Amino acid sequence: MSGKMTVVEGSYAIAHSVKVCRPNVISAYPITPQTHIVENLSQFMADGEIPNCEYINVESEFSALSALIGASATGARTYSSTSSQGLELMHEVLFNASGMRLPIVMTVVNRAVSAPISIWNDHQDSISQRDTGWIQLYAEDLQEMSDMTAQAFKVAEDKDVMLPAMVCMDGFILSHVSEPVILLEQELTDEYLPPYDPEYKLDTSNPLTFGAFADPSAYTEFRYLQQKGMDVALGKIEKATEDFNKIFGRYYGGLIEPYMAEDAEILLMAMGSVVGTIKDVIDKARSQGIKVGLIKVRTFRPFPVEAIHSAVSDAAIVVTLDKNISIGLNEGALFTEVKSCLYNSDINVPVMGFMLGHGGRDIRMSTIQMIIDKAAQAIKSGIKIESEYADLRGELL
Amino acid sequence: MSRLAPGHRGCAGCCDAIAANFVLEAVGDDAIVVNPTGCLEVMTTPYPESAWEVPWIHSLFENTASVASGIEAALRALGRKGDTKVIAMGGDGATVDIGILGISGAFERGDDITYVCIDNEAYMNTGVQRSGATPFNASTSTSPPGRQSFGNSRPKKNMPAIIAAHGSPYVATTSISYPKDMMRKVKKAVDIEGATYIHTHAPCATGWRFDTSKTIEIGKLAVETALWPLYEMENGEITSARKVKKPKPVEEYLKAQGRFKHLFTMEGGKEEISKIQDIANWNVEHYGLL
Amino acid sequence: MKVTIGGAVKPGTTRINKTGGWRNFRPLYHKDKCVRCGLCSLLCPDSSIHEQEDKYVIFDFDYCKGCGICANECPKDAIEMVLEEK
Repeated sequence: MSGKMTVVEGSYAIAHSVKVCRPNVISAYPITPQTHIVENLSQFMADGEIPNCEYINVESEFSALSALIGASATGARTYSSTSSQGLELMHEVLFNASGMRLPIVMTVVNRAVSAPISIWNDHQDSISQRDTGWIQLYAEDLQEMSDMTAQAFKVAEDKDVMLPAMVCMDGFILSHVSEPVILLEQELTDEYLPPYDPEYKLDTSNPLTFGAFADPSAYTEFRYLQQKGMDVALGKIEKATEDFNKIFGRYYGGLIEPYMAEDAEILLMAMGSVVGTIKDVIDKARSQGIKVGLIKVRTFRPFPVEAIHSAVSDAAIVVTLDKNISIGLNEGALFTEVKSCLYNSDINVPVMGFMLGHGGRDIRMSTIQMIIDKAAQAIKSGIKIESEYADLRGELL
Repeated sequence: MSRLAPGHRGCAGCCDAIAANFVLEAVGDDAIVVNPTGCLEVMTTPYPESAWEVPWIHSLFENTASVASGIEAALRALGRKGDTKVIAMGGDGATVDIGILGISGAFERGDDITYVCIDNEAYMNTGVQRSGATPFNASTSTSPPGRQSFGNSRPKKNMPAIIAAHGSPYVATTSISYPKDMMRKVKKAVDIEGATYIHTHAPCATGWRFDTSKTIEIGKLAVETALWPLYEMENGEITSARKVKKPKPVEEYLKAQGRFKHLFTMEGGKEEISKIQDIANWNVEHYGLL
Repeated sequence: MKVTIGGAVKPGTTRINKTGGWRNFRPLYHKDKCVRCGLCSLLCPDSSIHEQEDKYVIFDFDYCKGCGICANECPKDAIEMVLEEK
């Protein structure tokens, strides 16, 4: 691990990463807890630290992403950031960006969605957009988040991918906390990330039409090609993290990262900052002889089916932790998708799911411990309840 | 070739096609055009064909101005701006209703774009539904006349005034029936730096119900009855208005279109027509048309 | 026809679609009355009237939809709409 560490607020580290990735157009609308990212970027702009860049002060998140559609189609490297309600407001444009194959990169500072209104962290916002055709990456800590931002540009803009990417970080827990971080160096980033050079763009020297309407005879094939981009992205994400390691000297997994997983009987699976807490609980449990491990899911879209198959095949039970819920199904998305990707395979490992941390509810080590105990129980006597809350406050009901 | 290519799916006599042609002729080839969803977009770009000869993009229904702002920013950031004009061209629904947020933002920021609203006074592409620009008492599929209605019960939203209030250096109304006037104003608008706005009247034979050959004729009647005043506003002040020496009575305009026919057959219709005459009279007064 | 990534389309390609088949009426040009004002060519929604070097016009019947605007607006009645004969 090379480079000088400085203690910075998470949002500053992200803004710095964006700066050294040399964006051409930044367009963002303020929303808690993303605000510090855009404020830092505004200061960089005001001090002339981002050359060849325009910052558009838009009047809504919808307009923010729409402006980037135009900018990206013109051939600019584009960036935005949002959370929660802002991401929901962008819903229509998310599909549009993916369908038009515009590699916009956006930091989603995960926050719960209204109603009830909440400014605190959970994953409902980005999870609710998982069908829009955006690459979705989740970071555990500030260093990873800072590095993942550069990796996202590299993967998204790859000629064989050309899909927009969401890089997700837990609101307040990561955005408003200060940690020692090695900030991305400009020279190394220039080595890592080539300039953006799309095949098709809005250019008077070669006029093209973008956004034609497709009748039933042509539509399906566009969807097929988007999925193909996602399939290619699986390999490109792994390569991007390996190339990052070669230049920056840091590596913590491509699609997934295993932690004490090789001989684990109980295999936990989770995304985002909760992973840090889980690792501490696992250390403690291991010292007590419990064979528990973790698969950190870094890439949620494209969903890393094969990587997960390889990782879980020898476990006695898989337990997913979700900071989100599908109302009406009573399951978190990671649970539903892990369970479903195992169903038709010949991997016969049972899956349990816990939903927790909604609306920013603090996830305690004792909660994780309780989950491990329930998993151990389930190995002995079977799964009684396959999906439930880990932190429901019965006394409020 | 500064016009739409032939072969597009516009109706015979299509006002949108005429409007687009005038804008393209006035601006030339060094332009990037943004369209919202609507007749013009659908009829010119059925995949894999396009009638556009300039770079063109359609994103969504309500984000035309925002997309245009993004393109303009990208051109500057990439050092490719030169003399390239960024033109946003949208229908009345996409402009005065669902797209108003993006337009307001672009004009508040003063982004260097020209927005042309092609006003055929209803959501034509989806079947002639009423928009904020539908005139008083016009019949549309969501404001039909009936036992308890004379049609659309509200006057047109005064979009040019809204844009002028944003501090735009140049706002002008035009009509496709006055091509030279329209092209002059479009050229003026694109040459002025900042966010400029053209609101053009576009009589739609299909939606307003008249013979396809009368598109230009109907537009002239709108101007000659003072229901469609032609004027320019610079930095919020009206600086020119086309005089109408002897305004024709509004009946001449109304009776020529199927969408107002009910006013001539329903009980109380005469009273409603006189309210429309009041609107014309107000225009004469307010814009100084005499 | 293979779909392209993102669906970018080449310019002017609607020309492949001959809309002349839409017509019920076609414009009949009375050249002797024409004063070469160019109004018909300017107005045609389908860009199907072309001014030649001598400023007289020719009609492109591959695309003309027979809307009749040219005939209605010609200041000299130099264009007459006649029934399209098949």
